[in-house]
Amino acid sequence: MKDRMSHAISFSSVRKTFGEVTALDGLDFVAPSGAVTVLLGPNGAGKTTTVRLTTGAMIHDSGEIRVLGLDPLTDGDEVRARVGVVPPKPAFYDQLSGWENLKFAATIFKADEAQAREAAVRFAIDDVLDQDVGGYSTGMRTRLALARAVLHDPEVLLLDEPTAGLDPESARAVLDLISEMAERGRTIVMCTHLLHEAEGIADQVILIEDGQVRASGDPKTLVDQYMADPTVIIDAEDRTMLRIIAELDGVLSVRDEGAFRVVLDSTDRIPDIVVELVKRGVRPTRIDPLRPTLEDLYFEMQRAHREAR
Amino acid sequence: MRWTMIKAVIRIDLYRLFKTKDYWIPLVILSGIFFVLLPGVLLGSLGLAQPSPILGQIGEIVGTLPDAIQRNIQGDDPMTRASYAVAVYLLAPIAIVVPLTISSAVGANSIVGERERGTGEYLAHSPLTVGEIYIAKLIASLIPGYLAGIVGFAMYSVVVNIIVGSQIGRWFFPTAGWLLLVLWVIPPFIAIALALILRLSAQVRSAASAHQASSLVTLPVILMSYAVASGLLYSPVISAAVAGLIAWVVAILLLVSGTKSIKRERLLGVSADT
Repeated sequence: MKDRMSHAISFSSVRKTFGEVTALDGLDFVAPSGAVTVLLGPNGAGKTTTVRLTTGAMIHDSGEIRVLGLDPLTDGDEVRARVGVVPPKPAFYDQLSGWENLKFAATIFKADEAQAREAAVRFAIDDVLDQDVGGYSTGMRTRLALARAVLHDPEVLLLDEPTAGLDPESARAVLDLISEMAERGRTIVMCTHLLHEAEGIADQVILIEDGQVRASGDPKTLVDQYMADPTVIIDAEDRTMLRIIAELDGVLSVRDEGAFRVVLDSTDRIPDIVVELVKRGVRPTRIDPLRPTLEDLYFEMQRAHREAR
Repeated sequence: MRWTMIKAVIRIDLYRLFKTKDYWIPLVILSGIFFVLLPGVLLGSLGLAQPSPILGQIGEIVGTLPDAIQRNIQGDDPMTRASYAVAVYLLAPIAIVVPLTISSAVGANSIVGERERGTGEYLAHSPLTVGEIYIAKLIASLIPGYLAGIVGFAMYSVVVNIIVGSQIGRWFFPTAGWLLLVLWVIPPFIAIALALILRLSAQVRSAASAHQASSLVTLPVILMSYAVASGLLYSPVISAAVAGLIAWVVAILLLVSGTKSIKRERLLGVSADT
């Protein structure tokens, strides 16, 4: 029980099917309390189903789910009162104003109007609250959805593709919210396939594919696990001359991606490689040791799992 | 049941309906036709009619009514008696048909509409229980129809009193039977229809399907209520009261079972079996 409580969310062998389609196939993961967990996965991986099962909006076929120590199936009302959700395409009552939508949310979640107003100010949407939501831009709708999701100060915030289709400023608002809520000890679960936006905020990354967890851990551990060998991007005035790199000592693999992506056995090799290239008449224009991003990690994990099959 | 939350859903549904003119203007026109235009033209024509075969036929119809009713029909001449009979006895079903039609149109769209707009996802993730959502949707669908019925009934009363009352010499409408019908019998009939329509609205995949499916419920309920309404006006008041009570019991039973009939998943826009 103690272990469960230290995890805001736990999924244990959860299975969910829609007729012939298996959305979740024995999904196992935990989202630690007060941490930011990023669920990575392609479309159809089961991320949205995971969010819906978390609040009890959907019923799983088998397995066990606990949210804040509660079972969403039997204690769903309490779970939903303590959780905030930002769906991928936030929908509103478009004929009504932003304020009317927020006031409705405040009543449903037992918050007061001051909290609703405060949330609107927080996401810089307060100056358009008297306009009908039907006239809002995508960015404004997302800001309103964020305000609506957090106005009751939820203990757990579930964000399902929150930055999809957003302008940079609105996307920044989402990421700032995540950072700010995490600092206040709230638990965040964010589903995304836009990996660069999860950079730097994820305490834990979970790769989901075909309804199963393919890999999970903190980003550094995963990088060490999947991208242990250092990589450097090299380009030159005459790119054809770079083919000789494969012959050099310490080079494990070379991939031509426009510039050359070179995997080495050690970063110590980089100066020697540069010297050797110059010696052979190559004029390098780019020597860029790669700091692996979540995107690199994501594709590397996917590649590793495909090869393992 | 948490009524503060239920009231919030009702309020937002009604406000949304109020702001959607394309939706409620036809409903107002429908009420106007059935409660004002049609009775006005019909009763006005009777008042202006010279002795004719049509008037004779109406007189024959009035003559077939039970003696107890015949004794209640007021008026000194056949024309006035015919107008009175038409106003009080033959147009009674209007009071049922209009509110039922309006409430059915609103109710059919209520749950599937949330799903189509995507707002169902928000409700599904909210602390509202499905029972609370069901009750809120039912009340929010019942209010426009019943309100139209009450307002229409008031307008009908004015039309009847102006046209027929002037012939009789005094304002006589509404009668006790009509008051009982409007205040006691019609609400449970609307609730019965809505209890069934909301279940359909939660099952189908589109608002268009919901409207088609709701007609399967609405038509039999309209026919049944048409018969009941007509019958009650000819019956002693106590019979109408008992019939209303039975309708209320049926409505409550359907509502109680209805609160448990909707799955939260249906708000999400996905089927549990697909």
